[in-house]
Amino acid sequence: MSANNGTPAIEVRGLDKQFGPIHAVRNISFSVNHGEVLGFLGPNGAGKSTTMKMITGFLEPTDGTVLVNGHDVMTDPISVKASIGYLPEGAPGYAEMTVIRFLEFVAEIRGLEGAEKQQRIDKVVDQIHLDGVLEQTIDTLSKGFKRRVGVAQALLHDPDVLIMDEPTDGLDPNQKHEVRSLIKEMAENKAIVISTHILEEVDAVCSRAIIIAAGQILFDGTPAELRAQSEINDYDDAFRTITSRFYTSQGEAGQS
Amino acid sequence: MNKNIKAILKRELYGYFHTPVAYVFIIIFLFLTGIFSFYLGAFYERGQADLEPFFRFHPWLYLFLIPAIAMRLWSEERKTGTIELLMTLPISTTDAVLGKFLAAWCFTAIALALTFPMWITVNYLGEPDNTVIIAGYIGSLLMAGGFLAIGSCISALSKSQVIAFVISVVICFLFILSGFPLVLDFFQGWAPQALVEVISSLSFLTHFDSINKGVIDLRDVIYYLVLISFWLYANVVVIDTRKAD
Repeated sequence: MSANNGTPAIEVRGLDKQFGPIHAVRNISFSVNHGEVLGFLGPNGAGKSTTMKMITGFLEPTDGTVLVNGHDVMTDPISVKASIGYLPEGAPGYAEMTVIRFLEFVAEIRGLEGAEKQQRIDKVVDQIHLDGVLEQTIDTLSKGFKRRVGVAQALLHDPDVLIMDEPTDGLDPNQKHEVRSLIKEMAENKAIVISTHILEEVDAVCSRAIIIAAGQILFDGTPAELRAQSEINDYDDAFRTITSRFYTSQGEAGQS
Repeated sequence: MNKNIKAILKRELYGYFHTPVAYVFIIIFLFLTGIFSFYLGAFYERGQADLEPFFRFHPWLYLFLIPAIAMRLWSEERKTGTIELLMTLPISTTDAVLGKFLAAWCFTAIALALTFPMWITVNYLGEPDNTVIIAGYIGSLLMAGGFLAIGSCISALSKSQVIAFVISVVICFLFILSGFPLVLDFFQGWAPQALVEVISSLSFLTHFDSINKGVIDLRDVIYYLVLISFWLYANVVVIDTRKAD
């Protein structure tokens, strides 16, 4: 899969999602180009996962469009899904399957066959260091290994666009470091979106950060620009400054 | 059958045989079909070389056993979140629904095929009309498909397998009962004859009985195929609209 010159890998326009009375995502727009690693930051329940679910075609937006490599997720979901590798929130996997059977299943659905399939599985198993657990069933794996299996299945078809919801959650520091290095390695020719709570991750892997709260984009810029929002030049402080400024203005708007 | 359906079918069958579900189901199914035909069906005492007492109880066994196989198809995916993984793979909802349904149907066919000792026994004891027996097996499999399609659709509605099971049993029960005097008498007095016939014609039993007599009438086959298609279509709609709830 080659990078499309000119068209952004992901283009989100006026995306909106309502669940009954809850307005989870409010009219957000952004785009991600090949070679970018976008960090999605925000408090819990800010709309990060919901946005990712809409980009990957799992949730239908209430309004707005999502284009992935030029394909509209509403009218051509299969093409969108084919070009994305996705790690859903919590890294779900089929409990009764062994790791190797699970990877084979995903590879088959991804259209990989024969020698190519074997080669891709070997490559990913090697990249994510899964060789020790291949014959173990997924329900016997530790949280860290489950997450790594989730990352592995997302990489099988060497996707052009990679979307990962908290890829390092539950990993120990060494494993975190490995996954981050992997993301950096792949960043060159892919468009990658990760969500995270950990602000140091932005510094470690992201070329761009978006802060989202209450379904709105509060900040969109480079990690350096994000840090500059803080008087003491610190990510955590910048994050708190931006979000508390937002919540204060929300509060005032509510009162007036 | 496209490769997506095949991949999902394989995965589901793997799921059945790598959990206790398959073994528990097959053992109980074989045990109960045996008990029912020999004791309740008076297989020996009738002194006839056929499998009528064996097939006669299939609707009642299926009533409880089939919803038990179908309940995991979608409920489990929704509960564990794997549905998000599955439905963000490049497959259509129809492929996913068909793959799962066909896996459950194959599984039922395997269980049904394992009742072959009954067939051997009756051939050893006498000279049965084997075409009637084959018709019986086809009818039984078609009926199982009908129950499964209902169960699959209902399991898509709930994250709880228990709720899916109970609701499926109730709906399947109504489909069995609609051919019974119990239900028909209720309508007989006042409803137009045409309506009574429609209700009666919806019954699993009416169609199963006629196939079971050895006559594979195209209308009975079409009945089951239409029924299966209808419920699977509803299944696709349910997944498309409620998968993320």
